[in-house]
Amino acid sequence: MYVLRRLPSLIATLLAVSILTFLMTSLLPGDPALQILGAENATPEAIAAVRSELSLDDPLPVRYLHWIGDALTGDFGRSYRTNEPVSQAIIERLPVTAEIGLLAIVIALAIAIPVGMLSAYRAGTRTDKVISSTSFGLLAVPNFMVAILLILVFAVWLGVLPATGWVNFTDNPVQNLRSALLPALSLAIAEMAVYTRLLRTDMIATLQQDFVTMARVKGVSNRRILFRHALRPSSFSLLTVAGVQVGAIIGGSVVIETLFAVPGVGRLLLEAVLVRDLLMVQGVALVIAVSYVVVNFTVDILYSYLDPRISHGRSSARV
Amino acid sequence: MDAVRQEFDPPRTTHGNAAQGDVSTPMPNLGAPHPGAPDGAGPIDGGTGAVAEAVAGPPAKKKRGFGVTFWLAVTWLVAVLVCAVFANILPVKDPLVPDVLNKLAYPGPEHWLGTDGLGRDTLARLVHGARVSVTISVTAVAIGMVVGGFIGIIAGFFRGKLETVLMTIINIILAFPALVLLLVLLAFVGRSLVVISLIVGFLSIPIYTRVARATTLAVAEREFVRASRTMGAKNSRVLAREILPNVVLPVAAFGLVAMGVVIVLEGTLAFLGLSVQQPAPTWGGMIFDGKRYLSEAPHVVLIPSIAMFLTVLSLNLVGDSLRTRFDVRGSNL
Repeated sequence: MYVLRRLPSLIATLLAVSILTFLMTSLLPGDPALQILGAENATPEAIAAVRSELSLDDPLPVRYLHWIGDALTGDFGRSYRTNEPVSQAIIERLPVTAEIGLLAIVIALAIAIPVGMLSAYRAGTRTDKVISSTSFGLLAVPNFMVAILLILVFAVWLGVLPATGWVNFTDNPVQNLRSALLPALSLAIAEMAVYTRLLRTDMIATLQQDFVTMARVKGVSNRRILFRHALRPSSFSLLTVAGVQVGAIIGGSVVIETLFAVPGVGRLLLEAVLVRDLLMVQGVALVIAVSYVVVNFTVDILYSYLDPRISHGRSSARV
Repeated sequence: MDAVRQEFDPPRTTHGNAAQGDVSTPMPNLGAPHPGAPDGAGPIDGGTGAVAEAVAGPPAKKKRGFGVTFWLAVTWLVAVLVCAVFANILPVKDPLVPDVLNKLAYPGPEHWLGTDGLGRDTLARLVHGARVSVTISVTAVAIGMVVGGFIGIIAGFFRGKLETVLMTIINIILAFPALVLLLVLLAFVGRSLVVISLIVGFLSIPIYTRVARATTLAVAEREFVRASRTMGAKNSRVLAREILPNVVLPVAAFGLVAMGVVIVLEGTLAFLGLSVQQPAPTWGGMIFDGKRYLSEAPHVVLIPSIAMFLTVLSLNLVGDSLRTRFDVRGSNL
């Protein structure tokens, strides 16, 4: 029900995002034909030939429909540089980014949930103050700084993890995990701080509520109250923000993948942007934007399952 | 009816969880680690936040007085600002001239904060790099705050169709990972200090719009606005005299936090080779260059990192304190 009701807005957003991606790359200065040919081969005839081959002279709406039609069938065209199909380049690199991103979220949640709960449970005590100020401080540490510190400690000083490089999971699962750990940790630290602070606030509010007092009166153990009674109603904002933060992880992956020399989508985008490989940029940007929108949509849906009030309330009207 | 004095009105009656329905629209991020993070608890948790803060907040922070950390943070920010403005007349070495005999020097009497891989003085580069950070962050935040704030106030005040249209556009832009947009724009348009500042400012308009609109919605419901209307005030007067003064401060507090995000963003761009061109010193560029010497001279990386960390931390601290102070009711974001 709720899914169906949200579907039109999802489709509208996806459409808008695809138009934005297309416009962003099409309206920018620089002739792609010139890029392909290189300065020395760029006679007016050659340019005209390439332009007509790529249908660059068609009006923008026509080009957009062409592009999005092909994209829907999984054809993003070929890279101007390497002539590699864009879709293939993306498919090869997507698992890498997804693995690091997921690992980062799992690490962040695995630490933030218990720590945030502890902080809320002990609200106002020294434990809480230490946790709160630490997470506040961590918010001010950019991911590239975390990455450098991690490299310094684990690769340079301790020498236990590789500083750069990537091993495919299928080649060697253990090495794969080792090469994914530092990039994932770099992304996880800031997320962790965000999640901890959020859960703490919500949990403190939940613990004030009558049903918690009731459970206490009944003699339910603290552990059970925290995990069985209080965690779910406190996790709504956490879930939302975890979805929203996927955007931060995608953005972060551009830097982190570059820093750790990991062949992911972020680095693919950066490389394509730097050499102005137009179709590659369009394809990667579209895939990233669509994943982001879909993740947030999914979170939205999940949310309605966690909190039944959402489906029949009018609360979602305020968008 | 002095609007600014209205500090202690009763909580809005809207049910606390209503705000949580607003989940379909992602908060933005410019690739920085934490959109809305320092105030992460505030905007999203709805009405419950007020309860939580009342319980959890240290009692000393409740009323007047900001505490030592706040003033330390302010001092640091002022120092950075002074460095940025007076970089040319401060008694520091030339940031571009290498001291070839003293490459990667540790901090000492000759070079207070050591030198980098080419033998350039770290202190001098920090001071001059502050200029880049300050210029980019102030320009970008000013653009975002003025334009975004204006749109947000208009949307939140007039509501209706106008609001729907504006917020739809805003939400679509926010649905797009901002770093992707930024990368593409920078790579194709160029990367001078001015261009970077303008693009970042432009891209941050949507988030200010949301903050300003949320605050306006909350303010517009309050008694003094209704009173002003009852007394026959026109829209323009209500906007200028009642709404604006109450929206400016929360938005400005948010802007301080956003400045930190922009400073981090400059660092990110430096790592991607898209910041202001070398050899002009920037903090991000210094960290990036220093990475090469990580095993032999970690201080080359650590010193600019600490400077950036302290600046962002200070901005978060000050912004967060002010936000708590001025928060009308952070539930409509």
